[in-house]
Amino acid sequence: MSKEPIRMARPPYRLFEHTADLGVEIYGTDEGDLFRNAAGALFDILTDARLVHAKDEWAVYAEGDDLEELLVNFLREILYKFNGEGLLLKECVISEIGNNHVKGTVKGEPFVPGRHGMNMEIKAVTYHGTEIRKTDEGWTGRVVLDV
Amino acid sequence: MGRRYAKPTKGGPGGLSLMSDVRIERLDAFRWIIPPVGGMRVPGIIYADERMMKTMGTDESPKQVANVAHLPGIIGHSLAMPDIHWGYGFPIGGVAAFDLEEGIISPGGVGYDINCGVRLMATNLQFADIKNKVRELVIALFRNIPTGVGSESTLKLSMDEEKKVLRQGAAWAVNRGYGSKDDLARTEDGGVMGDADPACVSDRALERGKKQLGTLGSGNHFLEIEVVEEIFDRRVASVFGLTAEGQVAVAIHTGSRGFGYQVCDDYLARMVKHSRALDFTLPDRQLACAYLNSHEGKEYLSAMACAANYAWANRQMLMHWTAQTFEETLQRSPRDIGMRLVYDVCHNIAKIEEFAIKGRKRKACVHRKGATRALPPRHPALPDLYRETGQPVLIPGDMGTGSYVLVGTDRAIEETFGSTCHGAGRVMSRGRAMKESRNRSIAAEMADRGVVVMAAGKKTLSEEMPEAYKDIEGVVNVVHQAGLSTKVARLRAVGCIKG
Repeated sequence: MSKEPIRMARPPYRLFEHTADLGVEIYGTDEGDLFRNAAGALFDILTDARLVHAKDEWAVYAEGDDLEELLVNFLREILYKFNGEGLLLKECVISEIGNNHVKGTVKGEPFVPGRHGMNMEIKAVTYHGTEIRKTDEGWTGRVVLDV
Repeated sequence: MGRRYAKPTKGGPGGLSLMSDVRIERLDAFRWIIPPVGGMRVPGIIYADERMMKTMGTDESPKQVANVAHLPGIIGHSLAMPDIHWGYGFPIGGVAAFDLEEGIISPGGVGYDINCGVRLMATNLQFADIKNKVRELVIALFRNIPTGVGSESTLKLSMDEEKKVLRQGAAWAVNRGYGSKDDLARTEDGGVMGDADPACVSDRALERGKKQLGTLGSGNHFLEIEVVEEIFDRRVASVFGLTAEGQVAVAIHTGSRGFGYQVCDDYLARMVKHSRALDFTLPDRQLACAYLNSHEGKEYLSAMACAANYAWANRQMLMHWTAQTFEETLQRSPRDIGMRLVYDVCHNIAKIEEFAIKGRKRKACVHRKGATRALPPRHPALPDLYRETGQPVLIPGDMGTGSYVLVGTDRAIEETFGSTCHGAGRVMSRGRAMKESRNRSIAAEMADRGVVVMAAGKKTLSEEMPEAYKDIEGVVNVVHQAGLSTKVARLRAVGCIKG
């Protein structure tokens, strides 16, 4: 048996404050995990994901000239599912990721006011201060949301 | 002696390319200059008093003033009003004018909520007439006006009809019975911006817009019942329709809703890509822009005009429903209530306007992001009724504090491309406001101050509590004393609905 202590699971993201806005720092074991956790952070900020059922599945696809732009464009696609199509999401699977494109699926159901509570409105995912870097433990990303 | 503000931060969200210090020197009592260094093409100027300058810079907004000065074709100065605070790319409270040939247009210089603005309506009512009915009015307004996150319109707008809204602006609403033709003259630019082309707008924006016309929205947007508390300039106030202390008025603060957000979002993404091919480097990705005379630049202007027109139609409709709600609740005739538009201003916009620059008439594209146009008496763009007074400038305070009415001046034309402040300006993040308001009932505190408040979102009241904003008095005093616009009247809030 290993003598190494078991490490506490690292939360997939944390929030940081920003005047008038909300920053999210996201962690992942690889790029795909980072993007999946970023989507998860967005779901949590919008609503109580426990009340959302994974009834249907939708494809998500985004492009970007570098990984940072790709992350913002991916999250913009996810946010549009709520802001534009009225869908609440809870699960995200990344099937393919490169430096310039990402492909995946999300699951959820239409937003029903009264049944689903809204935590906070996210008006936009911004390009401001977007950052992705490789660390000893995996990948860390930062995005700022206009809330 | 120059002072240093804007401490460099490490690892913050702005910590990539915005880390250097900004040198700020005092120019006179209310102006502070950022001398051009590095790639800055012009100096920056911030309007503020000494007390404001001491706290400024903790949010890096002076650095953003300097960043804007890097952009090609900028004319004069990169300007900031006293309500300046951190924004995406451009600071909120920022004003910058660009040459039509050599200059750029930036969606970040307009903001996400395109043509966010304010309209003020005067009435024939005195506070005594509604004193016992404020709560009833607030409840009725809350019921009749769709409010809150994702609130949807009661209209069933077809795509074709939506495109008419995008081209016609406030006139679309008037033609369908929302208000009267008189209202158009009392709206900035007659409530319509030219060159609006729905073909430049994405299906996503159209889809979002279809559902939200005639809604107030959430966040800092509100509809407020106010009472004239003090009149500073009786001559001008009476032309504006504000005749006596105690008179009841209504202020509406909202914009182009999800439609404008989507237009900004679409074009920012496009311009972030486009900016890589340009012949200059941006100090911040969020400053993404295109030359005004480029295909991308022109398309953004046409899409932005659609959003501006959407917002004017939106505020026109909300005004109509407000008037109806007053009639129903107070059981009085429209003539009795006499609700009429004082003016409607936009404070997130880019417009092509003409100025005399160094003695030569020249057109420029003025970005006003959290700044209000402030035209002086006899300016050709004014409607006849305000020809002798100058343009009414409407400055909403934070939730429940009321508003100021100012009037435009020649000084604003000379110094700030005819611009002044737009509001109080946030000083506290939403997160901190939530923490500081824990275990407090903001609605009860507001009630103690004589303001009946109803909000759709339980968190909105906390996020928007008065301490989260700069003091409106301070902001207005700076623009008044600096001569960018002068005080006409102050109104206090008595009732408020929020998203």
